[in-house]
Amino acid sequence: MTVATDTSVTSAALPMTKALNAGLRRAMLDDPLVLLMGEDIGPLGGVFRVTEGLIAEFGDKRVLDTPLAESGIIGTAIGLAMRGFRPVCEIQFDGFVFPGFDQITSQLARMRNRHEGGLVMPVVIRIPYGGHIGSIEHHQESPEAYFAHTPGLRVVSPSNPHDAYWMMQEAIKSDDPVIFFEPKSRYWPKGEVRFGESGTPLHASRVVRAGTDVTVVGHGAMVSVLLQAADLAASEGISLEVIDLRSISPIDYGPILGSVQKTGRLVVTQEAPGFVSVGSEIAATVAERSFYTLEAPVLRVSGFDTPFPPAAVETHFLPSPDRVLEAVDRVLAY
Amino acid sequence: MPSSAAVAYGLDGAETCVRMISPHGVFEPNAAAEEFLPYLDRLTEADHRRFYRDMVVVRRFDTEAANLQRQGQLALWVPSHGQEAAQVGSAYATRPQDHVFPSYREHVVGMIRGLDVVDILRMLRGVTLGGWVPEAHGNFHLYTLVLASQTLHSTGYAMGMQLDGSTATGNPETDQAVIVYYGDGASSQGDANEALVFAASYQTPQVFFLQNNQWAISVPVARQSRTPLYLRASGFGMPGTQIDGNDVLASFAVTAKSMDDARAGHGPSLIEALTYRVGAHTTADDPTKYRDPDELAYWVARDPIVRFRSYLQGRGIEQEFLDAVDEEAADFAADTRRRALEITGPEQSVIFDNVYAEPHPLVAEQKAWLDRYEASFDEGEN
Ligand SMILES: Cc1ncc(C[n+]2csc(CCOP(=O)(O)OP(=O)(O)O)c2C)c(N)n1
Ligand SMILES: [Mg+2]
Repeated sequence: MTVATDTSVTSAALPMTKALNAGLRRAMLDDPLVLLMGEDIGPLGGVFRVTEGLIAEFGDKRVLDTPLAESGIIGTAIGLAMRGFRPVCEIQFDGFVFPGFDQITSQLARMRNRHEGGLVMPVVIRIPYGGHIGSIEHHQESPEAYFAHTPGLRVVSPSNPHDAYWMMQEAIKSDDPVIFFEPKSRYWPKGEVRFGESGTPLHASRVVRAGTDVTVVGHGAMVSVLLQAADLAASEGISLEVIDLRSISPIDYGPILGSVQKTGRLVVTQEAPGFVSVGSEIAATVAERSFYTLEAPVLRVSGFDTPFPPAAVETHFLPSPDRVLEAVDRVLAY
Repeated sequence: MPSSAAVAYGLDGAETCVRMISPHGVFEPNAAAEEFLPYLDRLTEADHRRFYRDMVVVRRFDTEAANLQRQGQLALWVPSHGQEAAQVGSAYATRPQDHVFPSYREHVVGMIRGLDVVDILRMLRGVTLGGWVPEAHGNFHLYTLVLASQTLHSTGYAMGMQLDGSTATGNPETDQAVIVYYGDGASSQGDANEALVFAASYQTPQVFFLQNNQWAISVPVARQSRTPLYLRASGFGMPGTQIDGNDVLASFAVTAKSMDDARAGHGPSLIEALTYRVGAHTTADDPTKYRDPDELAYWVARDPIVRFRSYLQGRGIEQEFLDAVDEEAADFAADTRRRALEITGPEQSVIFDNVYAEPHPLVAEQKAWLDRYEASFDEGEN
């Protein structure tokens, strides 16, 4: 079932899966060159049902159930983009992007540069990612740093259905390749999607809860953890300012630096291992640009530097509201 | 097992390998060549001369480029010596509307499609990463240095031709197809195999042109495959044909049929051209460390240019023409050398240009920083 994109409906409460579906559908209606490619995305609608109903509406020339080969999907998407199409590739799970990693980093990311600007590479790669779903190995990873490290790629991650709807459309409109990380654990909770206004540009970060004592930053599923932490902190009289990063590459530092000006304290959070991570990058940049406003060292709250563990212990691995608050206490005590 | 390649493939005896001209230059099509003979009717006397001319010119160009490398004018050169017939014959089987995805050794294919070979030299001089506009140069796409990556791009491109209705309409003058070049070593890559899977699955209009030059740097083809590579095609569900890659007419005729079939909507196919990399892998390589001199001698005796010249002489070509071609090749090489030495650039701004199509704050900041940093030295001098 697809979500009606009836212009008389101005908003709806949708889970992120349906918001993404509506965003894809809108993009496909707006531009006949937009194609979907991936494993099981046709009649099944993808293992998370994000593409449900789209093959029935647009046909199998717009929604391609591909052979089961990630390098093949990305590599042929590059060829289709050279030909003028705008492919949106679904990687079934985070841990299965690596067979396509070479095509993404050595080819997709550099194709425009190698051509001296003679072509554009409007390819979107959708990757359901992250933990909290109790699944088996290779199904709970957060590999965003690999892609953020690669020049030529853009990397984004929505935290809520409204952003998912709009960011998907903007990612598809971008003439650069966009790696679109979809937080699996946020696929099902409903949120208000406002169809009439996009609100925030694709690469803007945003203050989602104003506060005065400590700035906490995260992306994707971390944002709801940070909001829970902020509620708990408030009950103890501590005011957290929560920033939803939204874009991992490039990073929009304006709201982060503005917030740190006010709070003087920063905690950056992520599900991914912390070593050489997005959080490390933000910590370094804030230290470079805002050293004298900091009242305490920037702290990171991350997954541990281990393989994602068996799901039975994932709650000990993943940053929880309490782990965030432990770091908040430390920056306040400094 | 240095000489296993020639032995394993038994180029001279193989009945299954399409051959039109014998190694001695006599027109003696074998049984496997039969179905491809009608395609030779397309060739005029002028085409024969052009084939010969291009093979001689690119051989001379190749020598000149290797010299330029030795003199420090190029970072690296990738010789094509020995593979001229496979490349020239297949290139002439394409039509203007077709698209060509090369590997990195197909200099003459680029020439035939309209690329200025100096664009290749620019890349090997370290001035560009490629940079030519395929659509302005006979749809000859950029060289790809990660082995077999281009096979998938070509398959995606061919899928695009199907989706935008540019192929299989029944009009051979406008229907498009793709040809992709790759090597025996590259055939082991996952991407080459995934491309064959996708091509067969979507029945793309394309030809996989596999130049089996017997070596992948120092590793003989026997290490890549225990079966002749063309036989792999049937496992993917497409026709595979082995050709004597040192026979320019076989290369032309088989590629012409395969490309016609692709344009007409009959799907993809694979051609394995048996040939030999007579030179080093690149100017950085020393083949005497791993190659048997007897093997080299075997293949040098089957040189594609000598063979085609004998064939043309048998047809009564005048010596003046052959001499004129040698002269033209020398002129071409001299001109290339002169133009190679005139290559300039690039500006340091290329570091930051075209990393992204749309504005990117990090790249913009770093570009501005480098400009300021370098300008600070100029100020110091004043
Ligand atoms: C993925 C990858 N691995 C290794 C290399 C280094 N390399 C460059 S050429 C080459 C051999 C290629 O052999 P083949 O495909 O037969 O082509 P040929 O050079 O003989 O034309 C190797 C190993 C590379 N370019 N790409
Ligand atoms: Mg080889």
